[in-house]
Amino acid sequence: MKARYLIPLGLFAGLVVLFAVGLGLNPREVPSPLIDKPVPTFELSQVHAADKRLGSADLTRQPVALFNVWASWCVACRQEHPFLMELAQRGEVPIYGLNYKDERSDAIAWLTRHGDPYRASAHDYDGRVGIDWGVYGVPETFLVDGQGKIRYKHIGPLTPQVWREKIEPLVRQLQQGKA
Amino acid sequence: MRGLLTVVLLTLSVAAFAAIGVYEFETPEQEARFKRLSEELRCLVCQNQNLADSNAGLALDLRRQVHTMILAGKSDADIISFMTERYGDFVLYRPPLHAGTLLLWSGPFVLLLLGVVVLGRVVRQRTASAAADDAPLTTAEQQRLEQMLRQQQGEKE
Repeated sequence: MKARYLIPLGLFAGLVVLFAVGLGLNPREVPSPLIDKPVPTFELSQVHAADKRLGSADLTRQPVALFNVWASWCVACRQEHPFLMELAQRGEVPIYGLNYKDERSDAIAWLTRHGDPYRASAHDYDGRVGIDWGVYGVPETFLVDGQGKIRYKHIGPLTPQVWREKIEPLVRQLQQGKA
Repeated sequence: MRGLLTVVLLTLSVAAFAAIGVYEFETPEQEARFKRLSEELRCLVCQNQNLADSNAGLALDLRRQVHTMILAGKSDADIISFMTERYGDFVLYRPPLHAGTLLLWSGPFVLLLLGVVVLGRVVRQRTASAAADDAPLTTAEQQRLEQMLRQQQGEKE
């Protein structure tokens, strides 16, 4: 048998591999251009206290912090919420919230019902700050360091697995001042 | 039939108007730029629609952003870079040419070239074998042919 008859078989095998990898990717996970870039500056009123402010300076005050974008109308936020509560209880890393395109009263009611894992949440009523952070699908979670840079972005509900494999190692590094 | 057509046409025109009619511009040129930009930019929520076609909340916000920036006198390049700084090249329906997108841009042409080369080879082989068919028979072939014809006649008799 001539080797040239193996060419179509080889091409086919190549396609199978290509499709297996390509179709396994999640098209919703668009890589953010903001990684390792400075935190977009903002200052908004807090969800719980309209007269108090929360801004980018508060996020970068400590070596590492989580910045979680959430909304009361967001179903997937309910899904990740118990894990955020667990993280908040462990107290390893401070969590700040960006309440995205939500009514203040809805947001407060939601936090009262499900618990509040956030040190504070900024009230981004018109979503303008969300645009600066490249938010397109709530929930999204950013890891911010003390240098004022975004170190990681997770799109979709935060799961224990993502935390363990992706975020926790970075948090440890940053807390030990290695990165 | 006519009634159906009327309904379809009415719905179409209303939908087209709804996407753009909310915004007011100082000049028709600004409006044209707004239309072009919102057709060039992708909505990240419903990923196969542009900003003009999408009614997702984010598309609405980004359209408003484009509108504000146009009225503020920003250039098209300013607006495009505002979007790519936040959402990456993915927000553009026409990704810029750089190392990461080289295969994307050159791929179709490489495939076309490959097709032309393969086609050329196949055609050349065909014409070569056709030319061989037309060539006069060699003496040996002529003898074999005559022998076969004789054999056939022998069988018939």
